[in-house]
Amino acid sequence: MSATAPPQTPETISATPRARPPGAVRLSRGAGLIVAAGLLLAVAVLSICLGAKSLSLADVWHGLSDPGSASYTVVHQMRLPRTLLGLLVGLALGLAGAVMQALTRNPLADPGLLGINAGASAAVVTSIWLFGIGTFDGYIWFALGGAAIATTAGYLVGGGRSATPVRLALAGAALNATLFSYVSVAMLLDSASLEAMRFWTVGSLANATPSTVVRVLPFVAVGLVLALGLARPLNALALGEDSARALGSRPTAVRAVAIVAVTLLCGAATAACGPIVFVGLMVPHVVRTITGPDLRWLLPYCAVLAPVVLLGADVLGRILARPGEIQVGVVTSVVGGPVFLYFLRRAKAVRA
Amino acid sequence: MRVLRTTALSVRYRPRALTASVACLVLAFAAMVITLGSGDYRIPPGEVLRTLAGGGTVADHFIVVQLRLPRVVTALLVGGALALAGAAFQSLVRNPLGSPDMLGFTEGAATGALVVVVAGGSSLALAGGAMIGGVATGVGVYALAWRRGVHGYRLILTGIGVSAILSGVNGYLMTKAQLMDAARAMLWLTGSLDGRGWSDVVPLAVAMVVLVPVVVAGCGRALHIIEMGDDVARALGISVERVRLMTLAAAVLLTSFAAAAAGPVSFVALTAPQLARRLTRAPGPNLIPSMLLGSVLLTCADLVAQHAVPGRQLPVGVVTGVLGGGYLIWLLAAGRRAGRI
Repeated sequence: MSATAPPQTPETISATPRARPPGAVRLSRGAGLIVAAGLLLAVAVLSICLGAKSLSLADVWHGLSDPGSASYTVVHQMRLPRTLLGLLVGLALGLAGAVMQALTRNPLADPGLLGINAGASAAVVTSIWLFGIGTFDGYIWFALGGAAIATTAGYLVGGGRSATPVRLALAGAALNATLFSYVSVAMLLDSASLEAMRFWTVGSLANATPSTVVRVLPFVAVGLVLALGLARPLNALALGEDSARALGSRPTAVRAVAIVAVTLLCGAATAACGPIVFVGLMVPHVVRTITGPDLRWLLPYCAVLAPVVLLGADVLGRILARPGEIQVGVVTSVVGGPVFLYFLRRAKAVRA
Repeated sequence: MRVLRTTALSVRYRPRALTASVACLVLAFAAMVITLGSGDYRIPPGEVLRTLAGGGTVADHFIVVQLRLPRVVTALLVGGALALAGAAFQSLVRNPLGSPDMLGFTEGAATGALVVVVAGGSSLALAGGAMIGGVATGVGVYALAWRRGVHGYRLILTGIGVSAILSGVNGYLMTKAQLMDAARAMLWLTGSLDGRGWSDVVPLAVAMVVLVPVVVAGCGRALHIIEMGDDVARALGISVERVRLMTLAAAVLLTSFAAAAAGPVSFVALTAPQLARRLTRAPGPNLIPSMLLGSVLLTCADLVAQHAVPGRQLPVGVVTGVLGGGYLIWLLAAGRRAGRI
């Protein structure tokens, strides 16, 4: 990871530009965003319709509007919360990934990097092991607190203002190692922790309830507003510290706000459904090939396309393993991994 | 750099590296004697030495040689194997993060082991599964990263990708296992030396007898030169790709055998080479000092793991994880640049 690489296009995984095939339609970035929103709507509808018991569109409509219908409970108690949670979590992860990559100038930055997942996991296992909390709604506050503490610690240990991508990566690795050792001790000594954690660490939307959605929503909303507000300042920061100052931005303040935004987004997402990998890493890379490096476009696109990926993965996991399901975290890593590797192979020669 | 010459041959060595290596050997031996003497039935160090030399009482002999020695030897070998593999990797990818843990081999070994656990296989099958998983992942990562040669940086990125895929698979397998089996798998995944007997030592010992000379004698000097850059190495007549493939193969095998014997113990491969470099202050991969230091680290970690919590034995992987993490944090907090980045 060379710190001197141009930050806008991490040349590690930028696809080679290709000549467009004849007859290809070129959309403006605004129109593309509308198409992406259409995609999101389609996936959300699929997510409500498909599952162990498939519902037709008519069933769904009745379930949404008519409390007396057969599908009312399924739609209201399970499918709708699950879909909304997937939407919120996907949005949070995509945005957080994009902000982190811009902030650390590290094309491999993702929520796992600063030890956010490890912090959340450690806090959750503590809540089970020492306090005997067994519900997902109970974990949330612990996970958020853990994520916040871990992010701050990671940032400080990684050098704070003088953080370089490599130092941050090392700090994240250090936190991960220490915290995950603690998590494994808990899982080894306490079978209740093992039972709960082995399902939580995979990353799943299966436990979504209306109250989970309500709890996650404010954090994601604040994070979203902060992240979108950061688009311009982070663009300036991409030019380098001095140029950014010359343009009137305050790098330290920008970094602090970015860390807060990332913590809120990742913390809430991880708390709600466990650590989900690859969405925060991959989506910004794929989106960058569409929008280019300008964060004013990159961030909104990530906010719309990341939930498409997450909900798509969740639906896929439900279809593949009927009547059971494969957890969304498993699907994102098993599907996202090869995509990542494909990008890597298409990349121009990478420099060490 | 000094040279020791006799009429027939000459050996080049660095005094400081030699001192560090000898110190590691002494430390490892001391840790071994203390471990052999500690436990529910205490034996003073003098008695331990006498027993090892063939004296002592029959009871002492049984406890030291039959019960405790295999575990200590496993620790020494696993630590050495992991550290040597780590040193070779870090040199190969020119990055202190280039350890087998980062490159997905340990994750692959874990996948192999978990498949066996979920299928309800024996401990022997579990070690076999770990071996197959580790080696298969190594081959896969190499093949995926290959494009007119394997570049260090692309190798790391590929390893991260593969590692993430496998960790998803591993999580899924964990949710599919029975609770008892999951607990067993968890213990194995953390890395543990509990109840190791001579049957665990033999395969690893044989592997090391074959692989250590391959890495140290066959690749050591070439790695040293490759660190200066591929083009320089080629100009000096080194077939870079061949050395890379050989080193990688040996390191993957070492890691897999170590995982089969004790589970994927974290952080030894990452930290031992770094510490060795600081001790010897020598350039290059520091293969032998790293290996010896790895043995010291794991033996000491196991000693701590056995006595840290009264009445309970922690798995050694927990201790290496905490120590490794602490070491990294200290490294960063001390404001030092972490080596070759």
